[in-house]
Amino acid sequence: MTTDVIEQDSHDEHHDDSHEHGKMTGIKRWLYTTNHKDIGTLYLWFAFIMFLTGGAMAMVIRAELFQPGLQLVEPDFFNQLTTVHGLIMVFGAIMPAFTGFANWMLPMMLGAPDMALPRMNNWSFWILPFAFAILLGSFFMESGAPNFGWTFYAPLSTTYSNGSTAFFVFAVHIMGISSIMGAINIVVTIMNLRAPGMTYMKMPLFVWTFFITAYLLIAVMPVLAGVVTMLLTDTYFGTSFFDAAGGGDPVMFQHIFWFFGHPEVYIMILPAFGIVSTIIPAFSRKRLFGYSSMVYATSSIALLSFIVWAHHMFTTGMPLFGELFFMYCTMLIAVPTGVKVFNWVATMWRGSLSFETPMLFSIAFVILFTIGGFSGLMLAMTPVDFQYHDTYFVVAHFHYVLVTGSLFSIYAGAYYWLPKWTGHMYNDTLSKWHFWCSLISVNLLFFPMHFLGLAGMPRRIPDYALQFADFNKWVSIGGFAFGLSQLIFLAVVIKCIRGGEKAPAKPWDGAIGLEWTVASPAPYHTFSTPPPQKDIDNADQHEH
Amino acid sequence: MTNKEYESYYVPNQSHWPIVGAVALFMIAFGAGNYVTDLSKQESGYGGYLLLAGIALVVYMLVGWFSDVINESLAGKYSHQMDNSFRQGMSWFIFSEVMFFAAFFGALLYLRVFSIPWLGGAGNNVETGAVLWPEFKAIWPLIKTPDGTTTTAMGWYGLPLINTVLLLTSSVTAHFAHSALIKNNRSQLKAWLGITILLGLAFMFFQVQEYAHGYSEEMRLFLDSGVYGNTFYLLTGFHGMHVTLGCIMLIVMWLRVLKGHFTPENHFAFQAASWYWHFVDVVWVMLFVFVYIL
Repeated sequence: MTTDVIEQDSHDEHHDDSHEHGKMTGIKRWLYTTNHKDIGTLYLWFAFIMFLTGGAMAMVIRAELFQPGLQLVEPDFFNQLTTVHGLIMVFGAIMPAFTGFANWMLPMMLGAPDMALPRMNNWSFWILPFAFAILLGSFFMESGAPNFGWTFYAPLSTTYSNGSTAFFVFAVHIMGISSIMGAINIVVTIMNLRAPGMTYMKMPLFVWTFFITAYLLIAVMPVLAGVVTMLLTDTYFGTSFFDAAGGGDPVMFQHIFWFFGHPEVYIMILPAFGIVSTIIPAFSRKRLFGYSSMVYATSSIALLSFIVWAHHMFTTGMPLFGELFFMYCTMLIAVPTGVKVFNWVATMWRGSLSFETPMLFSIAFVILFTIGGFSGLMLAMTPVDFQYHDTYFVVAHFHYVLVTGSLFSIYAGAYYWLPKWTGHMYNDTLSKWHFWCSLISVNLLFFPMHFLGLAGMPRRIPDYALQFADFNKWVSIGGFAFGLSQLIFLAVVIKCIRGGEKAPAKPWDGAIGLEWTVASPAPYHTFSTPPPQKDIDNADQHEH
Repeated sequence: MTNKEYESYYVPNQSHWPIVGAVALFMIAFGAGNYVTDLSKQESGYGGYLLLAGIALVVYMLVGWFSDVINESLAGKYSHQMDNSFRQGMSWFIFSEVMFFAAFFGALLYLRVFSIPWLGGAGNNVETGAVLWPEFKAIWPLIKTPDGTTTTAMGWYGLPLINTVLLLTSSVTAHFAHSALIKNNRSQLKAWLGITILLGLAFMFFQVQEYAHGYSEEMRLFLDSGVYGNTFYLLTGFHGMHVTLGCIMLIVMWLRVLKGHFTPENHFAFQAASWYWHFVDVVWVMLFVFVYIL
């Protein structure tokens, strides 16, 4: 195995020299690049900067909620903060971070020279900073930033808009263009650029999850574009799609929005499944348990995601048949999700486990994501949801799946591949500090929210009744601690880029995958010629 | 080992077109945001100019980017695999367009099947109908809204029917042009493609006529005439924009044919424009059925 690695390295270096273009220097390298690794890096840094920006807003929110009464910010500004916090975390942090992983890893995992459409890849990225400049810029405009919640329900965003709707709509439009082009690139790369001999069922599960996620994106981002367009015409051009006086229906907004929105939440979790399914086998020194069932489970979740949207709207007065249909379909999703959780546990079962930081984040993911899944099941029950709807229970639920789910998987993946990306090992002690501080503070932050919600504290409010004060104090302390803990990660990454122990081509003894057959850091161009068949066979995640 | 048969995949050099495109989209989004916001306050600002400048920059970017691609293609840098990437990319782009229209068709069906009958008191909404707007009649086309705005419905005969015939015919002539290209019959290719473009332009002409008729005092069918006018203009309007885009694509293809581009084996761009044209045609058939006839 070692000799293979060396052969491959020298081979790639040789090829790198003969390639017609290398890196450009300075800012031009990043502005004009067509290299999947450069673009991946851009996506990841952008996502992290947005994460800190959205996080700073969360800090203000938690500071305001530290004790009852209005302390720091005006209620209207509080609404702007919750709205933009949500939009940034969904569209600016989690989604671009996953796209960054896709860009960095897919060509290397598939044995491809680059993404299929490299120039379009660059375009997809560079639209994003501009889109978020518009969104964040609206804080400094006369109208203020959007204040109608990240779900921008009509008529809050139409009749009662503070005037920020137009900027919001056009920012979402160009974000959507970026996402669709990124997703098309991912699908085409996977369908067309697999190395010869890599059949669909030999692809790493990581690739499968991004494949399915990209399909979801292509299917639903245009629906988002459609619904914001109707929002725009309702607000500014006199249409009444979401206004009963003209024959429309505000509830129709919610239907169309959640037809986008529910697949969207799987867009933010399926890639996490792929990352965790890569890491858990590596540190269990076993192959992934039930590879095929993982592929089918992921596909089932994706298909089901199209017929469950109205579980977000149980309290809107849907016909009874609708409530029951959406309740049962939603609960069905627990089946393929359960398959996954059991497969991860079975992969660890009797494995030779070690607990490096990527593994710690992955195990935390399995446990805490499952908690988020169970609270999701509670919310799926129509009569129960009547009680929980729009309370902090919902906030607790989706932060468990998005923070301890998606975000933890992103950390796991970042620690796992940082040696490959930078050529250095990260500082192990600091990374463990990051993990344990995050783990403890995140539970202090989000777990008590369940109790607050069950006791009836509504979400999206700047003030609350006195009986919620104690829990909110602890939640805020957890929030500040969690926010500060993320700066440890920034320190780890900067130290890792600047230096540290030299990483071998394959720093994890149990890792499999084509990315470990090339040097660390990965050469600027990898796999200009396809990898040998035996490397592809070695990378197969099936149990033997 | 399969390396022998491996054609190398062309990874393009660094390019400045994407960042130009990103700046252009920013100008469009920010300009349109300003323009619309100013419009709602009845002020005038620089938004409209920024928007137009952005559109001009997008056109400049597209011309530059595509001419790079065309030159690379003519220089023989593209493998069969590259061609496949383009084809698959275009197919998924068209699929995303299908989903965009699906959102509006979904809205149309929801309005017709649920919201209008419910406003009229159907289901468990008897009280809604009786208390809010007792005079309201749940009919489609909705020529009188709950708040009393009246309008007239656009019939399917006349211009819409003519347009249907024009667009369906143009899909057939586009197919003939493609067949001629595959048979390498250049004069037939030029003729059929030219006819397709003329049919597309005629469609656009009649669509403008129809809008003028709709906005006349006689019909008083406006964008803000309740959900009938909303869905009518949004669906036909977005379709019309797509026809315009399709026509531009076809004209570019025609000019490239005149310059001697495309071979029977290698004509992705032509294929893409033709797929797009067929897609626009299928959307029109759906429109004709669900917006005009039913």
